[in-house]
Amino acid sequence: MDNPQIYARLTEIFQDVFDEDAIQLTPELSAKDVDGWDSLSHIRLILTVEKAFKIKLSTSEIGKLENVGDLVALIRARA
Amino acid sequence: MNPLYAELQWLVRAPKDFSERLKAAGSSEGPLGLELRALAAPALDLNQLTKLAKTIVKARKDGKSLDPLAPFRLAVLSNSTIDLVVPVLVASAARHGIALEVIQPSYDQVAQEALTPDSQVNRSKPDAVLFALDYRALPLKLSLGDPEASAATVQGAIGYLQALGNGIKANSNAVCIFQTFAPPPELLFGSLDRALPGTLRSLLDSINRELAEYVLSSGAVLLDVAGLAETVGLADWHDPQLWNLGKFSFSDELIPLYGDHVARTVAALRGKTGKVLVLDLDNTVWGGVIGDDGLEGIKVAQGDARGEAHLAVQRLALNLRQRGIVLAVSSKNTDAVAREPFEKHPEMLLKLEHIAVFQANWNDKATNIQAIAEELSLGLDSMVFLDDNPVERGLVRKLLPQVAVPELPEDPAWYARTLAAGGYFEAVTFAGEDLKRAGFYQDNARRANLQKQAGGVDAYLASLEMTITFQPFDATGRARIVQLINKSNQYNLTTRRYTDPEVAEAENDPAVFTLQVRLADMFGDNGMISVLICRPGEARVWEIDTWLMSCRVLGRKVENMVLREILLHAREAGIEKLAGVYRPTDRNKLVVDHYARLGFSKVSEEESGLTRWELLVDGAEPESAPMKVESQGFAAIREESLA
Repeated sequence: MDNPQIYARLTEIFQDVFDEDAIQLTPELSAKDVDGWDSLSHIRLILTVEKAFKIKLSTSEIGKLENVGDLVALIRARA
Repeated sequence: MNPLYAELQWLVRAPKDFSERLKAAGSSEGPLGLELRALAAPALDLNQLTKLAKTIVKARKDGKSLDPLAPFRLAVLSNSTIDLVVPVLVASAARHGIALEVIQPSYDQVAQEALTPDSQVNRSKPDAVLFALDYRALPLKLSLGDPEASAATVQGAIGYLQALGNGIKANSNAVCIFQTFAPPPELLFGSLDRALPGTLRSLLDSINRELAEYVLSSGAVLLDVAGLAETVGLADWHDPQLWNLGKFSFSDELIPLYGDHVARTVAALRGKTGKVLVLDLDNTVWGGVIGDDGLEGIKVAQGDARGEAHLAVQRLALNLRQRGIVLAVSSKNTDAVAREPFEKHPEMLLKLEHIAVFQANWNDKATNIQAIAEELSLGLDSMVFLDDNPVERGLVRKLLPQVAVPELPEDPAWYARTLAAGGYFEAVTFAGEDLKRAGFYQDNARRANLQKQAGGVDAYLASLEMTITFQPFDATGRARIVQLINKSNQYNLTTRRYTDPEVAEAENDPAVFTLQVRLADMFGDNGMISVLICRPGEARVWEIDTWLMSCRVLGRKVENMVLREILLHAREAGIEKLAGVYRPTDRNKLVVDHYARLGFSKVSEEESGLTRWELLVDGAEPESAPMKVESQGFAAIREESLA
């Protein structure tokens, strides 16, 4: 799966999880930029990503995630 | 994960345009209840449920009507993070006809909230409190191979749970819902863990068993989470990563399933549960088409894999009937042809005598199900329709959205399990009357036949040899009283719902006059069929707070006899006036003239259709009906006045 495909699918997931159709993903986008991206919806986001891309992230990988770019790199390495 | 359970496969799949429909519903101005219920009906994932809950919460905040969803306030106390779960409870409750409001105190404040009289939970006066605890909430100490220490640990845990329950009872009088505890899959010895006292597994086994006994004896409600976790598998239920990450006590993938189980329990507390199983015949009750394959061709025998699958459906239906679920048939067939297997096939478990209403004709199934509901005097929302044919299922869902219609897989081997997994007949209590209920409805059909022969109604009533029994509320009758109060919709003047503790309160308050009424006749005992609560109003006035009756005994003039009994006690108590009120709902048009028929005069009428009535006790003499009257358990004053 290449980056544009991952971004396209991730955008749908972000819109679904944060219930906000206007979200545009960039590699630098992080929790402080998105309304409602708190620790709880972060977990809901990770769980949804895992299910959509059929991958399982380890506890330390989840802990190290800083922004969308990190997440895409992880998905790219796995999916 | 087992997809039947994890994906709630008895529900239809979510529509592609779910988000658009949800947005449209959220911005509409009218009452939202029916659309929200329709949106909640399919199997939804965590994100969809979360969004649906957001719409429901916002609608309530904006003051929009959620009718006809029944309001219910549930406080959830937990030792784990339930923030992902709470929205799922709200959305799943809508699926079951409940407008759920969740009171969620801070994380891990279980004992403080239960035991402090003015805690957030106790102040909010919830209808019920769910103790969403997992095993990590219990004070458990391993005591390997030491039966005495183990017993002490078990007693300590049960004592803790009882203290929580007593705290809620004393401080807010809410119904307590306890969960059994799912044991973790990690074992210490191996199989020996189950046998040896003091291991985690054997401690939790004992605690779950004692908790279940406590719940049965105390009027609390059980949510068997241990059973649910075992059904889907303990290894799938417990997710150590999620516990470490955020103290989530079970897998996120099972939250929709858990939410549906909580919602069923709450709906059952409100009497919203299936009462009738309507069965299709061809390829549902037996394999093949009786009209084409004939008696020899249909598959319904032991030793044939397909035949056994359909026998499993029959066995489940029979067992449901035994616990009081009424069975009916809706089949596209010629009547005589459809009856033939019931009469002649030696391997059929279901017999005609088990079927209360048999509709085999060429009408569409929606029309037939409506006819069944009318014949049984039960609402469409108490019907569950089992049919292998997706076209028939789709038609009934479209025309009669109130009827529950489980999706079925291709292979009939899974029919019985799918029906059972749907939990359509969830019950929180089991009263003796339930055992006999399926029979009552059948006797009613016989009574209706007798009525046709008997000619006049009075002659018919006299021929029934009825005995009516009046008693005040008591502990023995309470489970059935609570059930009637929460289930009766049609013959119900005020549709006020009360919990077990509230009924107990009325029972023990000497100022409140209560009646439980039983009726027997030549066909058998109908059990408890009417409930009445009068509360003191102005001086020398009784206000009739609750007057309800089972529709099984409609047209027997039971209400006349009940009024005569009330008047008797009112006179003894020095009451001069009875005040009644009719509060209209969309289900109780039946009793709009109840008080007029009984000779009350109308005092006022409100725009909503609510009417107020009164009857002067002095000189009131309602018409009697031909039945023997027995009055039991009332205070001595009664005997004195008779003597």
